[in-house]
Amino acid sequence: MNIAKSIGKNGIVRFLKRDWGKRSVIGIPYFFLIMLFTVPFLVVLKLSVSETDGIHFEDLTSYADGIFNIKIKLSNYIFLGTDPLYVETYWSSIKFAAINTVICLIIGYPFAYFMARSPASMRPALLMLVSLPFWTSYLLRVYAWKGLLDDNGVFNNLLMWMHLIDQPIKMMYTGFSMTIGMVYTYVPFMILPLYSNLVKMDLRLLEAANDLGATPWKAFWLVTVPLSKNGIVAGAMLVFIPSVGEYVIPELLGGPSTLMIGRVLWDEFFSNNDWAMASSVAVTMVGLILIPLAIFNKYQADSGGVRGV
Amino acid sequence: MADSVANSTGRSDDSRFVRIDRLSKHFDEVAAVDDVSLDIKKGEIFALLGSSGCGKSTLLRMLAGFELPTSGNIYLDGADIAKMPPYERPINMMFQSYALFPHLTVWENVAFGLKRDGMPKEQIAERVESMLGIVKLKPYAKRKPHQLSGGQQQRVALARCFAKSPKLLLLDEPLGALDRKLREQTQFELVNIIKKVGVTCVMVTHDQEEAMIMADRIAVMQEGRFLQVGHPREIYETPSCLFVAGFIGDVNLFKGTVEVDEPDHVVIGSPECRHYVSHGITGTREMQVSIALRPEKICLQKHEPTIEQRESPAEHGYNCVRGTIDGIAYFGQFTLFHVKLDSGTVIKASRENAARHEDTKLERGQQVYAWWDGSDVVVLLN
Repeated sequence: MNIAKSIGKNGIVRFLKRDWGKRSVIGIPYFFLIMLFTVPFLVVLKLSVSETDGIHFEDLTSYADGIFNIKIKLSNYIFLGTDPLYVETYWSSIKFAAINTVICLIIGYPFAYFMARSPASMRPALLMLVSLPFWTSYLLRVYAWKGLLDDNGVFNNLLMWMHLIDQPIKMMYTGFSMTIGMVYTYVPFMILPLYSNLVKMDLRLLEAANDLGATPWKAFWLVTVPLSKNGIVAGAMLVFIPSVGEYVIPELLGGPSTLMIGRVLWDEFFSNNDWAMASSVAVTMVGLILIPLAIFNKYQADSGGVRGV
Repeated sequence: MADSVANSTGRSDDSRFVRIDRLSKHFDEVAAVDDVSLDIKKGEIFALLGSSGCGKSTLLRMLAGFELPTSGNIYLDGADIAKMPPYERPINMMFQSYALFPHLTVWENVAFGLKRDGMPKEQIAERVESMLGIVKLKPYAKRKPHQLSGGQQQRVALARCFAKSPKLLLLDEPLGALDRKLREQTQFELVNIIKKVGVTCVMVTHDQEEAMIMADRIAVMQEGRFLQVGHPREIYETPSCLFVAGFIGDVNLFKGTVEVDEPDHVVIGSPECRHYVSHGITGTREMQVSIALRPEKICLQKHEPTIEQRESPAEHGYNCVRGTIDGIAYFGQFTLFHVKLDSGTVIKASRENAARHEDTKLERGQQVYAWWDGSDVVVLLN
């Protein structure tokens, strides 16, 4: 792949002609991504920095009287950075996403471990059971939690019937209910990458650890966990990144105390009709996720490197 | 013979350093290891030899602690270890795939076992350096296993095994993963290191050459039982049964009936020829036996052997067959000839290639006489 040669007089043509079969096949998803992701994102980015009167958006660049103007309105971003409510909302989103990730890890790891160590004939069935929730509507599953946690929902009715409580416990529209919903929805995203990592582990490494004096408990922490690092990071990122911008669960199960950026985004777009502000909120959210995304990419690349010897 | 292995100081005597007592392992109904007993001397290198499925790996794993015996006992230096978990046994194993921890450096791999013992840091450092010195890997201490060659990885695995000064070292197909040239080199190096450290060693292999070269004593296993236990020479020159005779090296087998049974010699008649065996056997006339003859004991020549060539005049007329050379395999150091006898049987005869054989050079299709001494054969019952 000599790029220098490609940048020649007929370089572009040569570039396109060489390996044209390979390039066109790879080109299709690239084209897809560009049209359906990059371009829309650039539109949103543009909206966030354009001057607007509420309905019409001015162009970023203009030419008048021999002067070329570039107008980039930063006031939305400045507002986001300084308004205490917005800052708190971003912070709250990250916090809830982090709590969700940690709980998913604590619940998901034993799950994935049990699946990976079960007899090979059982594994496909277990995998199917973990992915079964995806066959039903995500919205309905979250909504079902409402029926369970509500003041006159299943849990409260059961506890009252058993005479353990007199008044229904308020569980809905709290951080508690929202976290339950988030964990419930995202745990498979933690289990699957963890499982795929754990199942490839060479069990003789555990035997070697035992042989060298490590009890099974020690061997787990000294050998299994470090070797599953890539799986943990992959699972954590798959849970954390979407959780930050989650909308449906906070909307259905959350309440006034659960500030999440997804709901704010919705309000800005549809209640306030302030597309410019909404776009800034969206772009900022992407910016916040960039760091975890970069970590995720690095670990994906690294996972091809170290294998069991 | 004392019932208890321990003497007054509580330690076993060195000739029964490892004592395997009627050990069995059953998987469902199948006996992978079937009532085996064995004594291993301190400091000896002992090989378990057999083809796949004979139970040697299961026996090794029971010694290591990865399998619980169905019945029987194992004593190491007087202590009963059969029920001990592997992390409590003073035994270390080198796995066939080395099982080096991929997320740790060479240094950390070797130090792993020492850290489990709670050794102070400086002592660990000293010991690790010393181990790396023995296996000549000091400059690679900071590397990770995937950055090393196969031979280097093996040396790390070895260093890791020796680090804790185990009472018993277990090797699972130690040279299986190496290519031929490296294997030859490593065989001697390995034995030297083990003897220098002085540790008792049990190794498992399916490669009879490996067992013969490295071990002080060998146990040939089949279907969970020991067929023969002894020094490599014993196993090769005096196999106890047909299977052992055929398993180790090449062998020619003749079936025959005992015709003359004297205390100092035996005559056996077989379709190929009459055999004169210059030692007595426990048997009687009319018994059906097999005669085992190794290829290198056979002399090939173009003319019939004279009475002067024989070991004793009584052998003249016996231990000789005539045939044609059916195939020649040149191995460099020696040549293996397939000789098709008048009776149709094919026997193998081998001969070292020394220049002075040029004048007796044998070719395909040539008629030859193959003869041997009466002291070179072994009579087997089964």
